[in-house]
Amino acid sequence: MAEKMDLQSTEVWDGNYAAAQALRQAQVDVVAAYPITPSTPIVENYGAFVANGYIDGEFVMVESEHAAMSGCVGAAAAGGRVATATSSQGFALMVEVLYQASGMRLPIVLTVVNRALASPLNVRGDHGDMYLGRDSGWIQLDAFNAQEAYDLTLMAFKIGEDINVRLPVMVHQDGFITSHTAQNVHPLTDDEAYAFVGDYKPVDEMLDFSRPVTYGAQTEEDWHFEHKAKQHRALMDSYVVIDRVFEEFEKETGRKYKRLETYMMEDAEVAIIALGTTVETTILAAKQLREEEGIKAGVVAPRTFRPFPFNEIRETLAGIKSVAALDRSCPMGAMGTLYNEVSGALASIPADQRPLMTNFIYGLGGRDFSIKEAKRIFREQKANADVGYITTPLQQFSGLRGPKLGFYEAKRS
Amino acid sequence: MKGVLATDKRGVRELGAEDLVGWDEVTQGIVLNSFDLEVENPALVPPEERPYSDFNSYTATVASWRVIKPVFNRDICIDCQNCWVWCPDTSIISRDKQMLGIDYDHCKGCGVCVEVCPTNPKSLLMFAEAEEPEEALAQWPEKKKKEKK
Repeated sequence: MAEKMDLQSTEVWDGNYAAAQALRQAQVDVVAAYPITPSTPIVENYGAFVANGYIDGEFVMVESEHAAMSGCVGAAAAGGRVATATSSQGFALMVEVLYQASGMRLPIVLTVVNRALASPLNVRGDHGDMYLGRDSGWIQLDAFNAQEAYDLTLMAFKIGEDINVRLPVMVHQDGFITSHTAQNVHPLTDDEAYAFVGDYKPVDEMLDFSRPVTYGAQTEEDWHFEHKAKQHRALMDSYVVIDRVFEEFEKETGRKYKRLETYMMEDAEVAIIALGTTVETTILAAKQLREEEGIKAGVVAPRTFRPFPFNEIRETLAGIKSVAALDRSCPMGAMGTLYNEVSGALASIPADQRPLMTNFIYGLGGRDFSIKEAKRIFREQKANADVGYITTPLQQFSGLRGPKLGFYEAKRS
Repeated sequence: MKGVLATDKRGVRELGAEDLVGWDEVTQGIVLNSFDLEVENPALVPPEERPYSDFNSYTATVASWRVIKPVFNRDICIDCQNCWVWCPDTSIISRDKQMLGIDYDHCKGCGVCVEVCPTNPKSLLMFAEAEEPEEALAQWPEKKKKEKK
């Protein structure tokens, strides 16, 4: 039996350690992992927990991230609770197998510490890897700080393993800013955490020899479409279980989560929509602007990047005058993903309620995003709101050196 | 060899002849059950007695993929089980360590069984798909003499 760990009601943990502790408390059967910066400490700490007798499950060191996720797929198909961690290039190497895991409906938990994708090589945080996973069929939860990384990792098991979901889940946190910044974290006790997550209930497990099953069948044009559609439906419908698990977690801890987090949106005139640690920066900026300049600024942040909170975005942003969508990933030949998806949601509300939408590309490769810059973006939204049209290019770059770079103008007639 | 093939018991389907159902009826995760019922210790139940489901390739034939086929000569075989071990498609039928023949519903004609057959002459040889077994057996080569050094 695994040893239990005595935890204080307040611990000082960084995001990596918080995620590793959540994996330990969920008593994962198999972790197959290949460490990579900045998520290395998740794997390293988990390895220490194994070595010190805190974990009954298997810890498999493999030769690459492709092998790590492959090992996870095998262990999950065999019928175990499975998790791993990665970042950036490692995430990119996993991509092929991410699609296998979701297609086979294996509820693996992947803690992703977001980091930029080479080239040029960079170990710092941006959302290039998170966006790379967006069509992979995984549920993607986004943590903005260490506490949330802990909470969401525990909840990820309960969501993905639910009989009505059975999908793999990524829990994202920002490289270094969350993963390496020690903060106060309030953990559950080992018993409380395990009771919350619950025992793993395998489905179609390969180790049930009386009912042999085949995983990974080939389907061509006569079957493939139906299977993919069924999988998409499962991901679209997973919000029901996500909402329920968020509610149960709030009852247990008092910490409230929503698929679309909103801050000061009740009376907001302008808003920023963003992901990751930038959300906390923009909240501070919005508070200061309200006090100092009377600008009614609000912040909107998808907690679930997938399934995308389409309806919630329509309801929250309808009637807001100007919205900036912040993308921490270089879109390479298009508008940013968040801009496109939010604009897509807002295209189906009446024109007179549609906000003016602009897009900022920012923070690539760990470039700092300051409160001052967030305030500047809010003020620009206020200027748009006041004149009633977009006064800038639709896509701008925030915090970039060199001549001002922007793309597309709004059409006013 | 009667009674040990899917053909004998329930017939076989061409691969891909399954009923096409909608997205709401396909299995979750493309997981395919081998059996229609639960079977305790299926390893101890001979294949012809297992309740294979239509998802299992046991009841589907891929004979049309083959252009050449192995023919088995009972008179020479020593029941060493080499072919049974090496066949990549479990198409060598053997019971109680006795070689019975080839499962032509699933054999792809790769010739591995012929390669690994240790007898002289070989007890398995490749012939054109259209060749009748009797004609094939009539053409069987003589034992090769050891070459003197």
